[in-house]
Amino acid sequence: MQVPILKQGGYLIASIQSVLTDADLLCLRDSLAERVGQFRSRGVIIDVTVLDVIDSFATRTLRAIAHMLKLLGAETVIVGIQPDVAFAMVQLGLTLQGVGTALDLEEGLSYLGDGGGQ
Amino acid sequence: MSFIEANNQTGRGPRAEAPMNRKRKRDNTNNTSVTLLPSRALPPGRRMQPDGIEQSPGETSAGLLRELVSHLRQNRTQLREVWARRITDAQLLTAMSKEEIFSEATSVYDNYVEVLETGSVEALQAYARNLSERIIPRGVETHEVVGIVLLLRDVLARSLFKKYQNDFDPLNRVLDAYEPAANRIANTVAVSFVQERERIIRQQQEAIRELSTPVLQVRERLLILPIIGVIDSQRARQLTEQLLRGIRMNRAKVVVVDITGVPTIDSTVANHLVQTIEASRLMGASVIITGLSSEIAQTLVTIGVDLHKVNAVGDLQGGIEEAERLLGYKVMMESEAAPIEQPV
Repeated sequence: MQVPILKQGGYLIASIQSVLTDADLLCLRDSLAERVGQFRSRGVIIDVTVLDVIDSFATRTLRAIAHMLKLLGAETVIVGIQPDVAFAMVQLGLTLQGVGTALDLEEGLSYLGDGGGQ
Repeated sequence: MSFIEANNQTGRGPRAEAPMNRKRKRDNTNNTSVTLLPSRALPPGRRMQPDGIEQSPGETSAGLLRELVSHLRQNRTQLREVWARRITDAQLLTAMSKEEIFSEATSVYDNYVEVLETGSVEALQAYARNLSERIIPRGVETHEVVGIVLLLRDVLARSLFKKYQNDFDPLNRVLDAYEPAANRIANTVAVSFVQERERIIRQQQEAIRELSTPVLQVRERLLILPIIGVIDSQRARQLTEQLLRGIRMNRAKVVVVDITGVPTIDSTVANHLVQTIEASRLMGASVIITGLSSEIAQTLVTIGVDLHKVNAVGDLQGGIEEAERLLGYKVMMESEAAPIEQPV
């Protein structure tokens, strides 16, 4: 299923609506890269609130997206990781190193507003 | 099935060939279990009394119980008083007043008689639970509850002795009907009481567990999590759960975990703590650890826990100050604030 990408000022918001297959994730990566170039966005928020499982592939892809978008000049922040998911990820060693995280969409926007949280 | 019917069947029953005396013995041993349940078929051979005397037809166990019940109903007032007096004499239920004992005694007595009459302990069970719920908080002990029920049993048995004192056989039969029923009642009450007590204990354990790791909000978006006592792996898990839930509920950005009250930490728990910090970061909150004792600091370094992601501050005060700095708060004395010109 395609992930809708919304433009909000200088930011893009990708709000995941259902469980994603690996192909969907790669598709998300490509479309985000394209949109960031197109809209010259400064920040991207990826909302994963609905996901109850974030596996290693998803983590790796999310990290890849963050690093790629950084090269394109946009800060990425992942928002809405559920408590159980967060702890499971850490136990599996999937810590999203170097990627911004925030509690929810609102927090994500203020994180980006602060200049990408030092 | 009644005794008479059982009588009639005896000849065809599986135990019919058994020698008389052996049969008698067996009757004696399992007499207690079934007598109360008139609906259940009695095994053949039951009609024999322990002393070997044939039961006179017409006196069934149900009939005996009926007789018993009417006897108990007739002497209700007197027996109840004897019982209440014996409770006081034995210094049971000291937590309750005389009037309370008497009113509870009345209900127990009526329930007791009802069980004897109907053979169903459900109502008594419910009543016993309810009673336990009321009296446990007042410090009534198990031995007291069991004691009063056994006293009632004795009082009633005494009155039966008195009634049939010149007539040994009916007494025997009445006791045969009465004793198993009475035992079952005592059993039911004791079990209900203990179950109720266990339920309360479970509830309290749960409460203590919840209380042992409070998550407190000190400022908007700033939580503190004081930990006191030894952390085992179960508590560590619970701590993580509460912390992450707290972050979500209070929309926290910074959490100060104070471990001043933790004497030691092992590597499992230390790693768990580090994982919790990581998980908090994934939820957008940063964690500050305060109050690491020198022993714990040493242990952590020795066992090689990856600490470069841990933001540690000496004491709770320092931790809160650091958290306020992260959140952009600035706390100052009133006198330090820009003086407001007072009009003269």
